[in-house]
Amino acid sequence: MLDGTTAEIKPREALRINPAKTCQPIGAMYAALGIHGCMPHSHGSQGCCAYHRSHLTRHFKEPVVATSSSFTEGASVFGGLANMTQALSNIFTIYDPKIVAVHTTCLSEVIGDDIPMMIKKATEEGIIPAGKVVIHANTPSFVGSHVTGFASMVTAMVKYLSESSGKTEAQLKDEPQLNIIPGYIDPADMRELKRIIKEMGVKTVLFPDTSGVLDLPQDGRYRMFPSGGATIEQIKSAGDSVGTIALGHFASHPAAEKLDEKCNVPCALLELPYGLTNTDRFIHALRNHGGVDVPGTLGEERGRLLDAMGDMHQYFHGKRVAIAGDPDHVIALTQFLVELDMKPAYVITGSSGNHFEQRVTEILKDQAPEAIVKQNSDLFALHQWIKNQPVDLLIGNTYCKYIAHVEKIPFVRFGFPVLDRMGHRYFPGVGYMGALRLMEKINDALLDHKDRECPEETFELIQ
Amino acid sequence: MSEPTHTLTAPDLAAPDPAAVKAEMLKIYPAKTAKKRAKQIILNDPETPPEIGANSRTIPGIITQRGCTYAGCRGVVLGPIYDILQITHGPVGCGFYAWLSRRNLVRPPAGSTNYLQYCMNTDMQEDQIVFGGEKKLTQAIREAYAIFKPKAIAILATCPVGLIGDDIHTVAKLMKAELGINVMAFSCEGYKGVSQSAGHHIANNGVFKNIIGLDDKPDEAEFNMNILGEYNIGGDAWEIDTLLRKCGIHVTSTLSGDVSYDQVKKSHTVMLNGVMCHRSINYIAEMMEKKFGIPWIKVNFIGAEATAKTLRKIAKFFDSKKLTDRVEEVIAQEMIALRPVRAEIKARHQGKKAALFVGGSRAHHYQDLFRDIGMEIVSAGYEFAHRDDYEGRKVLPTIKVDADSRNIEELHVEADPARFKPTKTPEQMEALKAGGFSFKDYEGMMVEMKKSTLVIDDITHHEMEKLIEIYKPDIIGSGIKDKFVIEKMGVPCKQLHSYDYSGPYAAFAGAVNFYREVDRMLTTKVWKYITPPWEKAPLASVELVHASKLGGAKKNGEAKAWRKAAAGGEEA
Repeated sequence: MLDGTTAEIKPREALRINPAKTCQPIGAMYAALGIHGCMPHSHGSQGCCAYHRSHLTRHFKEPVVATSSSFTEGASVFGGLANMTQALSNIFTIYDPKIVAVHTTCLSEVIGDDIPMMIKKATEEGIIPAGKVVIHANTPSFVGSHVTGFASMVTAMVKYLSESSGKTEAQLKDEPQLNIIPGYIDPADMRELKRIIKEMGVKTVLFPDTSGVLDLPQDGRYRMFPSGGATIEQIKSAGDSVGTIALGHFASHPAAEKLDEKCNVPCALLELPYGLTNTDRFIHALRNHGGVDVPGTLGEERGRLLDAMGDMHQYFHGKRVAIAGDPDHVIALTQFLVELDMKPAYVITGSSGNHFEQRVTEILKDQAPEAIVKQNSDLFALHQWIKNQPVDLLIGNTYCKYIAHVEKIPFVRFGFPVLDRMGHRYFPGVGYMGALRLMEKINDALLDHKDRECPEETFELIQ
Repeated sequence: MSEPTHTLTAPDLAAPDPAAVKAEMLKIYPAKTAKKRAKQIILNDPETPPEIGANSRTIPGIITQRGCTYAGCRGVVLGPIYDILQITHGPVGCGFYAWLSRRNLVRPPAGSTNYLQYCMNTDMQEDQIVFGGEKKLTQAIREAYAIFKPKAIAILATCPVGLIGDDIHTVAKLMKAELGINVMAFSCEGYKGVSQSAGHHIANNGVFKNIIGLDDKPDEAEFNMNILGEYNIGGDAWEIDTLLRKCGIHVTSTLSGDVSYDQVKKSHTVMLNGVMCHRSINYIAEMMEKKFGIPWIKVNFIGAEATAKTLRKIAKFFDSKKLTDRVEEVIAQEMIALRPVRAEIKARHQGKKAALFVGGSRAHHYQDLFRDIGMEIVSAGYEFAHRDDYEGRKVLPTIKVDADSRNIEELHVEADPARFKPTKTPEQMEALKAGGFSFKDYEGMMVEMKKSTLVIDDITHHEMEKLIEIYKPDIIGSGIKDKFVIEKMGVPCKQLHSYDYSGPYAAFAGAVNFYREVDRMLTTKVWKYITPPWEKAPLASVELVHASKLGGAKKNGEAKAWRKAAAGGEEA
């Protein structure tokens, strides 16, 4: 397995091998699914849409619908206006969504299609029925990654939909509302954030929200537009909120800043609430900005997490860990591993952004200053470093399983995509309870590995 | 062995009228869309299959099953050759999604690197879009060679490459000269053609031009053939190979399933080509016949009856008593194991309904497996096939080549002066034909389907929903994008691209796997639990599993009240 990967590291600048990222449009499609009644639309060749739908479906095992402008060579030469117009006509007639969220692809970007002009034209021609909305985000695949694509679509929601209604501060304070921009996390995580928010008793708008869209119960009925998702009205009202809590520098902060700029809504820019400290910060921010007290129930959850951290500390302490994934996820997870007294050794993301290296280095400066931290990296590079100096644990998406298998390293699946296990579809990783689950997975991976590999004399009943 | 006869308990009175179903499907569409879709939804006539509007453009805005040309080239024929290092030239996504997402299983020999486990691409950035990507591609190839030292490198183009005008063929030529290995380029930009089918054609052309014929040394074997259009999903090619080996037939090359570059190089040294997936590889079959004189026949190893028929056809071609006898022995042996399983499963599912919407041959081939266990095909259609795959190759001369198809190069192939060695003399070929043997023939899906059955090309999401609503099939064979839509409606769906990570389903042993898998899906309790008890049963009849424990406390008023409440107000 991976027999071509050697410990010897040769110079490599042009060739990407085993990427730790994918392209912008899939992120835009995922974000769009977090709007209630939304049809994501891919403006380009239909292969993009097919690939994105397929991959999202493999991760969620749920219906993922989206449409495409289905470019052929003609559209690529003459522009995609006719395709877009026909697509919008078909989408509103056949599928009747409340909103269509268009994202571009490398194809339509290279030929320079002007989406706002197309939307304007379709509106004037009555192709977009009254009361229906079309928004767009530019997501060329040769810029950024799936994470920036997600961020661009969330920012587009703000640009197109959020408004300040002109209510006075006093009116707004009557029933203050907070915005939560959750980032590129799973529906189960969004559901958990909403549970925490409910416990706190804060009125919030969470967008995008894919819970209730991509984690549907089996009841024998298919609904193209299920009950979940942030409604257009909710996203609109985000402009009237007293504040925004945005989780993740890469996926969420751009939209929060846009909302501040557009509607003067102040924002707290936090990291994803993975682990103890980041959840503390999230809850603290909810408390401060929502003007509520933290209920004892959440304090108890925190206490149970901390209790487990103490109980099992010896199994985590000093373990060398390799982490690969999306920047917001990896930053927050690195923080949690530090809390567990683990030693991150290689910390990479496929996405680009200096903030990643700066932030991770800062988190590791006392505990693991020797760690290799790289943006714009890939799984091939990670594997070569592991071959040179091994680790005790690997954390990453499903693609990492080949490295784990061949190097016989305990492996915890985390992030996007997870294509071969089920837990992420139902159980959150965020919050104190999510942290417990992550911890359990790490602990199980380490101890299962020990039980499988250790000599008989150290095979122990009790750990 | 006698098998249970077909007994349908429910009268078939409510069988839907296909014409009405078609009208219902089209009703919601805007006029232009309805007009186009009407040509792709056909009421079958097996005697004279009506013309179907296949291989035409996908309508923008409808939810389609189809992918792109790049996917076709990366996914079949070229993509699964495991020791060609393949570099996708373009932004990161296309290569990423194609990475290990098709189940082309391989067992490379020790010392050989399986590049299918690697995703290599040029991760094209804005700079290269503006200033051109040839330089980066060239460097990427040099780096790949320095790290991996592969025997051959293939470059695959994605949409922007064609638009910005990168000349990947010249890069390939220069690199071939510089590195001294085979470097070949495939212009398979996603927007070419109307589906992945265009990519299959491009892959066929490239593999034929650049690989087939590079090694003239044949494998030593009395009966030697290739299996074309077989991708070893879930190990199908291994089943076929094992079966043929039992019969005494050697497979030089399976294009492309668990196959090495070296095997493909000598694939022109065989006596016969057997074509599984006609859609994806008939081009290579045709070109090999023209250039090297190798006849091709359509084969089908999906389904027990189909497999037996195919084995007999191959034996007949080789015209050897020894082989014919051996084939009969093998069929008899295999059927001993298969029959009881088939009979048992058939008894449970005879008369149940299946619908198949997938691929360019699977929607046809898998009908045989369902028929093996007595199931009925209520509707079927391909995702990216052409008219000949529906109506049969006899319609080839009448197919109008449109602008999209014209985009794809048609190689001009002539007989190779030195290497054109027909396996059979013209007289032998004529004798075989006179005996009912057909060469280079595929009769298509429609002749084997019942009259008036709906044949739906590139079924849309809306049509699928209507179909399920009206026909209520017991099972559907489809792909990943539809699977969970279908299952949310309470109908089990078998992915026929990935087999839902099971298989193999080819040949006799594979057929048994498939019968068992269908049986599992049709008998699973999951679907029975959909309605919770409080929604289906009269409240009074709710079963109280532990009621007896309360027996001792009967006189106790509290327990009585609890029981009353639990039983929905009626005292038990």
